[in-house]
Amino acid sequence: MRLEYFQLIDRIVEIDIEGRKLRAEATVPTASTIFEGHFPGYPLMPGVLLMEAMAQASGWLIIGLTKFTRMPFLAAFKEAKLRSFVTPGQTLALDATLLHEGSGYSVTKAEIRVGGKLVCNAEITFRLVEFPSPEFRTSMEQVAQSIAFPREAPTHA
Amino acid sequence: MSSTFNTVVNIIAETCDIERATIKPESHAINDLGIDSLDFLDVAFAIDKTFGIKMPIEQWTQEVNDGKASTEQYFVLSNLCARIDELVATRKA
Repeated sequence: MRLEYFQLIDRIVEIDIEGRKLRAEATVPTASTIFEGHFPGYPLMPGVLLMEAMAQASGWLIIGLTKFTRMPFLAAFKEAKLRSFVTPGQTLALDATLLHEGSGYSVTKAEIRVGGKLVCNAEITFRLVEFPSPEFRTSMEQVAQSIAFPREAPTHA
Repeated sequence: MSSTFNTVVNIIAETCDIERATIKPESHAINDLGIDSLDFLDVAFAIDKTFGIKMPIEQWTQEVNDGKASTEQYFVLSNLCARIDELVATRKA
């Protein structure tokens, strides 16, 4: 997990295209400038970054389902619940499931568990658009490779 | 009024916090009711789920952008409900 680069997923564990779900993992770093402010003497993974991590897991699921033809942009969170504190060094298990594939939008539900315990969950809506530029798509493909986006999920239309 | 219209009114009223009495068959979802693109996503999600369809919003938007259709054809509620009924009929066929 590279907090400063907003890369919050370490690896894709499994993507189930037929079941329309994805599992990913990420470990919160033990040191980050973010923890100097959040909070001094009491470092916590910011809740908004947990929400972003759920969005990224969902986003990779959508990218897999749309075969890298669309980029999902975050549009809305519903019923987001931050249930427990997450601290540096903890490993997150992220699960995302597609609830609905609409025309130009998708809705997922996502959750994060630590040691089997549910720490946060949400329903998330995305706008789906064509990749704004070839460079953007290339950079996403590079990130996909770095987080073990599985080969069986086609990366080209 | 059709049951489709009544269902759509309920969805818009609950999703966008708009008084039911102000939602008419001749209302334009965007111009008259002020539904913005984000709220329309919620409306579309609720309509898709309720009717078991996938409204081709991208296609409609493209047709409007290309000048092949007017927004009224898709976003005036009586017309939107007619499109929904067509999609439901196609799904059942």
